[in-house]
Amino acid sequence: MSIEARSIAKRFGSFTALDDTSLSVKEGELVALLGPSGSGKTTLLRIIAGLDFADTGSVHFDGEDATERSARERRVGFVFQHYALFRHMSVFENVAFGLRVLPWRRRPARTVIAARVHELLRLVQLDGMAQRLPSQLSGGQRQRVALARALAVQPRVLLLDEPFGALDARVRRQLRRWLRSLHDELGMTTVFVTHDQEEALELADRVVVMNQGRIEQAGRPEEVYHSPATRFVAEFLGDVNVFHARVEGGEARVEGARFEVAREAEDGHALLYVRPHLLEIVRDAATAGMLPVRVERVLAAGPTVKVELLTASGELLQADLTQEKARELQLEKGEQVFVRPRENQVFYEDYTI
Amino acid sequence: MSESDWTLQSMISASPRHAAEDPPWARRTLTAVALVFLALFLGLPLLVVFAHALSAGLDSFGNAVSDPAALSAIRLTLLVAAISVPLNAVFGVSAAWCIAKFDFPGKRLLITAIDLPFAVSPVVSGLVFVLLFGAQGLLGPWLQDHGIRIIFAVPGIVLATLFITFPFVARELIPLMQEQGPEEEQAALSLGASGWQMFWRVTLPNVRFGLLYGIVLLNARAMGEFGAVSVVSGHIRGRTNTMPLHVEILYNEYQTAAAFAVASLLALLALVTLCLKHFLEWRMGRRQGAADAA
Repeated sequence: MSIEARSIAKRFGSFTALDDTSLSVKEGELVALLGPSGSGKTTLLRIIAGLDFADTGSVHFDGEDATERSARERRVGFVFQHYALFRHMSVFENVAFGLRVLPWRRRPARTVIAARVHELLRLVQLDGMAQRLPSQLSGGQRQRVALARALAVQPRVLLLDEPFGALDARVRRQLRRWLRSLHDELGMTTVFVTHDQEEALELADRVVVMNQGRIEQAGRPEEVYHSPATRFVAEFLGDVNVFHARVEGGEARVEGARFEVAREAEDGHALLYVRPHLLEIVRDAATAGMLPVRVERVLAAGPTVKVELLTASGELLQADLTQEKARELQLEKGEQVFVRPRENQVFYEDYTI
Repeated sequence: MSESDWTLQSMISASPRHAAEDPPWARRTLTAVALVFLALFLGLPLLVVFAHALSAGLDSFGNAVSDPAALSAIRLTLLVAAISVPLNAVFGVSAAWCIAKFDFPGKRLLITAIDLPFAVSPVVSGLVFVLLFGAQGLLGPWLQDHGIRIIFAVPGIVLATLFITFPFVARELIPLMQEQGPEEEQAALSLGASGWQMFWRVTLPNVRFGLLYGIVLLNARAMGEFGAVSVVSGHIRGRTNTMPLHVEILYNEYQTAAAFAVASLLALLALVTLCLKHFLEWRMGRRQGAADAA
């Protein structure tokens, strides 16, 4: 089922949670709403679910206007950040809940409900835990029960609010992979909210980056990472080096060094954004115009070698090298070397007076 | 190290003790003080009540309790409790639910209003009703014209008791519901439950022990209230006397044994209430412990 949110605005008192935001999700897509706290991502999700109502704007499911419908009528499966399992009910009763509260005309027989519950518990790999209480489960297990419970009523759409936020790193990574394979198996339209950019980039078909109630950029993970549309997206996703530069005729001057930039870049004061893995380190300034820096630290433990560099003006830069390149260079702390961006992006500061 | 150093060392390590533990004598003294206090102010009076009740013999006890006036008092007490407890329980649950899960104008006022009966002296509460519904009261003439008697009749006693026992369930449930938060109910709604289904299947079961606890306290107070009821009742023997009032009358007529006999029934109620309260606290503690440990 496709989702469309049109021009949603929501305010809480004097705080604007969402400011004329529009989002469209295709059938079967796995979309991540990514952003820092206060960006409005959870508010948007809850408005789609019908747990909150927008001040203006509308929500459409498969083209139909669902704005006036209650959460109950929308048939969306919602998984809460802290699971919200019914504490006095067993795992079985939690998962069966949605089926048991169906109007009696549509309610399946007890045996049918039991079969469906056990099928779902098998799907989330919790078979055998049916009689346990939520308080007897680990965080990861509770999350899976919450998921099974949401899936029991065969929702048209699955919405997850920071589903792995409260779990430790290893469990989080395992569940991430598991959620992706579950999505691939079921093919259900899924939207999840997260502040963890690694999670969003790894899981989603499409990433929607939000900030202060607005959508900054929406696109495939590669797109938002390698071609950020705004400064916020560039800074929020991964590490980035920022240079203050003066652009003139396709060339940026940074502390005396000269870097080539896109020809469309306007002249004037600008910010040059360079990802750490695109910052090239050389020993000799073969061509004039490379930036001289001093090696501060070399962190060699990990898949890539991270090098911290200090410019003449005291700016700290980070460069990521492959292990082979690092071996080739044999950098030592205190050495003077040169850097040059292989690729860069130019952004302009917004001037406010 | 020198000889003196060794001696000092052994002195210090002679009584190895956890820094955070009290010495045994402190613990024992405090426990003893608490027990003596309990015995003196709780145990002794109860003992005296039962002793005096049976002092004139079992027959006298039986007569005192089966006296028509006493029976009428017992019936009235039960009636008042039977009306107050369900009404205030329903009110308490509704108020607690609104306050804990919603924000609305007048919320603070409601919370303050709920605490009012606790802040006001029971005698004053009774007086307020007299000033409202009494013959010289605000609504007096209107009530007289319509032949409705509130003060010095059973309705007045019920109203006064309702007012006094107002806060018990609400005060018990508000922090409980606030702590639990609205998420489980929202989950129930998102799964397709109607408002009622959500209430019966999720909200109530989550607060059942707090609710029972509040009802137990409510009942105890409804049956034992003296001050407010005394002001509005008029003390008409056989008609508008509850058990506490009846005890007072008997005592004032120097029928000490009879007074204590009826009082012992109330004391029995107190004991049963305490046991129930203890049991419910234990059950609540167990569930909380399980939830915390998870």
